[in-house]
Amino acid sequence: MNSSKKLDWFVGIFVLLGLGAMATLSISIGGATYSGKGGLTLYATFDEIGGLKDRAPVLIAGVKVGLVESIHLSEDYRAKVRMDVDDTLVLPFDSSASIRTAGLLGDQFIHIELGAEEEALKAGEEFAYTEDALVIESLIGKLVHNLGIEKDE
Amino acid sequence: MIELIPAIGRYVRQWVDSLGSHAQFAARIGAAALRPPFRPRRSVEAMYDSGVLSVVIICVSGFAVGMVLGLLFYLSLSRFGSQEVLGAIVGIALVRELAPVFTALLVTGRAGSAVTAEIGTMVVTEELDGLRMLSIDPVHFVVLPKSMALLFVMPILTAFFALFGIAGAYVAGCIVLGVDGGTFVTSLIDAVDFENDIMGCFLKSVIFGSLLGLVATYRGYHCEPTSRGVSSATTQTVVVASVSVLIFDYFITALWGF
Repeated sequence: MNSSKKLDWFVGIFVLLGLGAMATLSISIGGATYSGKGGLTLYATFDEIGGLKDRAPVLIAGVKVGLVESIHLSEDYRAKVRMDVDDTLVLPFDSSASIRTAGLLGDQFIHIELGAEEEALKAGEEFAYTEDALVIESLIGKLVHNLGIEKDE
Repeated sequence: MIELIPAIGRYVRQWVDSLGSHAQFAARIGAAALRPPFRPRRSVEAMYDSGVLSVVIICVSGFAVGMVLGLLFYLSLSRFGSQEVLGAIVGIALVRELAPVFTALLVTGRAGSAVTAEIGTMVVTEELDGLRMLSIDPVHFVVLPKSMALLFVMPILTAFFALFGIAGAYVAGCIVLGVDGGTFVTSLIDAVDFENDIMGCFLKSVIFGSLLGLVATYRGYHCEPTSRGVSSATTQTVVVASVSVLIFDYFITALWGF
């Protein structure tokens, strides 16, 4: 093998290995996005979403079934959250969506509590029951307020 | 005191002048890239010199940096009992900042300086003039393949650096210090996302690569035709490219992924 042929081989191997390394980085390390089906768009309206962000996970019993697509302010100044959920799921229409926090300081996510009705939520429909995010400051505020009232009595 | 003002003015004018002639040179390289004949052979040779021969130093440095990161973050995190986020912290630090910047600095020292010295020597020995005599544009024949090679090689080497860095952190954190390997990998994969982190990493490396390709060839091409000129051009390549990589890094980080 002459030296220029050898050089071609080295550069070829280098480029292929490099592309492999880039693909590994992109797919197996960067590819943390929800890879499930999606396809079922659901809405939920909350008075307070706390620190919920786009692409936050949607969980049922702790299993990721979708993600938050977008968050808007609705006409009546509440937070309207659009979610993309696995469309093979049959969610009873009286299911409820609540915003929870992973651990004490973790990220916020949407937890779906299943209802009991036979009829299922269809694409584009909205959760009838929602539970707002807990805001620690307001909880502490309430607690302090209540303690103050007890003392006065 | 009053002489200070024109001195500042002269300095700034020189600086703006050199910025302008860098831009002009970049435009010449860009125009040469679109003009046939295309000489892939020359680019392959240049990629071998600046890419393949840099693989070992990049991998070893990446591994060492990763091990240090694993060790240091383990020490800080274990004070709060949260070693399980080691993977996340190491991953984000490596992918977003350290891999592109370290790789750019290493390639500047390893390959950029060599490019400047080579082109500078060609200026001294009047090889470029010889090419002009043959009516071959030296920018097209010498500068273009070398700067393109630096541009293409940078993202590839950055990927190597990041992977070896993560491997180094895994070795230091999980094998030496006993963080659970599964937790390390899961928190790493959870924390590093494609759009912000990985794309930002490659965006940075491409910008650094083109920057280095421009600076290294510009300094060589415009070097004074003396041995002293070559040495000072090589020094300037390393200084200018390293400093501008670090400054650009701040702006890319500030503009991308917040």
